Amino acid sequence: MRLSTLKTAACGLALVAAPLAASAEDLLINGQVEINTEVQPADHMKGIVPVVRSGWTFRSPETQVLQMDDFDNPGMIFVDQGMSLWQTGDGETGESCADCHGDMAESMEGVRASMPKMNPEGTDLWTLEENINNCRTERMEADEWAWESSEMLAMTAAIGKQSRGMPVDVEIDGPAREWWERGEELYYQRVGQLDMACANCHEDNYDNMIRADHLSQGQINGFPVYRLKWGGLGSIHRRFKGCMKNIRAEPYNRGSDEFKALELYVASRGAGLDVETPSVRN
Amino acid sequence: MKRTLALAVCVAMGGSVALADMLAPADVTYGDYGAVEQSLTGTPGDPENGAQVFLARKLGNCLACHANSDMADQPFHGEVGPPLDGIGSYRTEAELRGMIINSKKTFQGTIMPAFYVADDFTRNQDKFEGETILTAQQVEDVVAYLMTLTD
Repeated sequence: MRLSTLKTAACGLALVAAPLAASAEDLLINGQVEINTEVQPADHMKGIVPVVRSGWTFRSPETQVLQMDDFDNPGMIFVDQGMSLWQTGDGETGESCADCHGDMAESMEGVRASMPKMNPEGTDLWTLEENINNCRTERMEADEWAWESSEMLAMTAAIGKQSRGMPVDVEIDGPAREWWERGEELYYQRVGQLDMACANCHEDNYDNMIRADHLSQGQINGFPVYRLKWGGLGSIHRRFKGCMKNIRAEPYNRGSDEFKALELYVASRGAGLDVETPSVRN
Repeated sequence: MKRTLALAVCVAMGGSVALADMLAPADVTYGDYGAVEQSLTGTPGDPENGAQVFLARKLGNCLACHANSDMADQPFHGEVGPPLDGIGSYRTEAELRGMIINSKKTFQGTIMPAFYVADDFTRNQDKFEGETILTAQQVEDVVAYLMTLTD
């Protein structure tokens, strides 16, 4: 622990010295939406990383620029699709999201920034996907959307965008505490034949190159993300699965308790970073 | 199971690796600082093949984490581990062998994978269960290659 703290402190020094290091004011979207991409760690992150950095700060200028104008951002077309779905009636009731929730820009503002969060009964941790599906099955009497379906990705992108520029602020106390602690445990658990934990790369080695890849802190403030590698949007849990496969581990399922717990913990590591949905990465 | 078969094939193909000389992952003995004196195969390593194993993404993939001036023609040298320039001058063969087999015996808590350990890793994929990342001879070949990296 002490060693890794020392190491991250050293990384921090390198960061200050690096001329290419992006600064907080660098991500300005459409010339008007300011995104904080480097923030001071929240209390629970003190001593773990010196600065909390968005994945955007680790990407090449060519990739970064795609997120600086919504006309260039390939994720925006899916936001538009999500906004159409919002108005579209579905299920036995034939109701749309808008029938209950009105203007997305008002009713969904800040929602992404607080996800995942305990359900109203306080019995389960719900991701944004689960909140959407709960509305669909319980209120619209419609079928669930699959986690990685085009509809779900479009809707989570559209809802997420209503929090763009708002700081990630997830509840990690009270009934969510147990989930957060499980997520923390998973973050430091070595898995797979390569026997690595999330922390080995994203805490101890962010800012280092692993072959052609610039290791980031693994923040999730821009999801669903448009990945150039995927040629489309993908969910947080899809990204988790990819990481696990890379280290030859058997991934958990999308929507599993493990990934939900990890999502809460990783979101909390990025507390204070602005939501960037839909972000663009390589 | 698979390994036994692969070995049988090696032997059938006229390889000089005799089963009796092969050290199974569980039978490796480490020194106090993680060095492994005994060759895993008894057959001297082939540095040329070692360089290939070093480079191959699905084998050693060593360049992913370690810079190596000897491979300056290759793009994208990693920064996660120390550069390996001159390592053959300041590390012994036994030390290098130990670090490749299971570097955690030398550097506690390191990120570096163990390349010749077949433990019950947590949530290991079925296809890698009971398997090592490298074969015994591949380990010896990489050791031989690293020993050529002298100042």
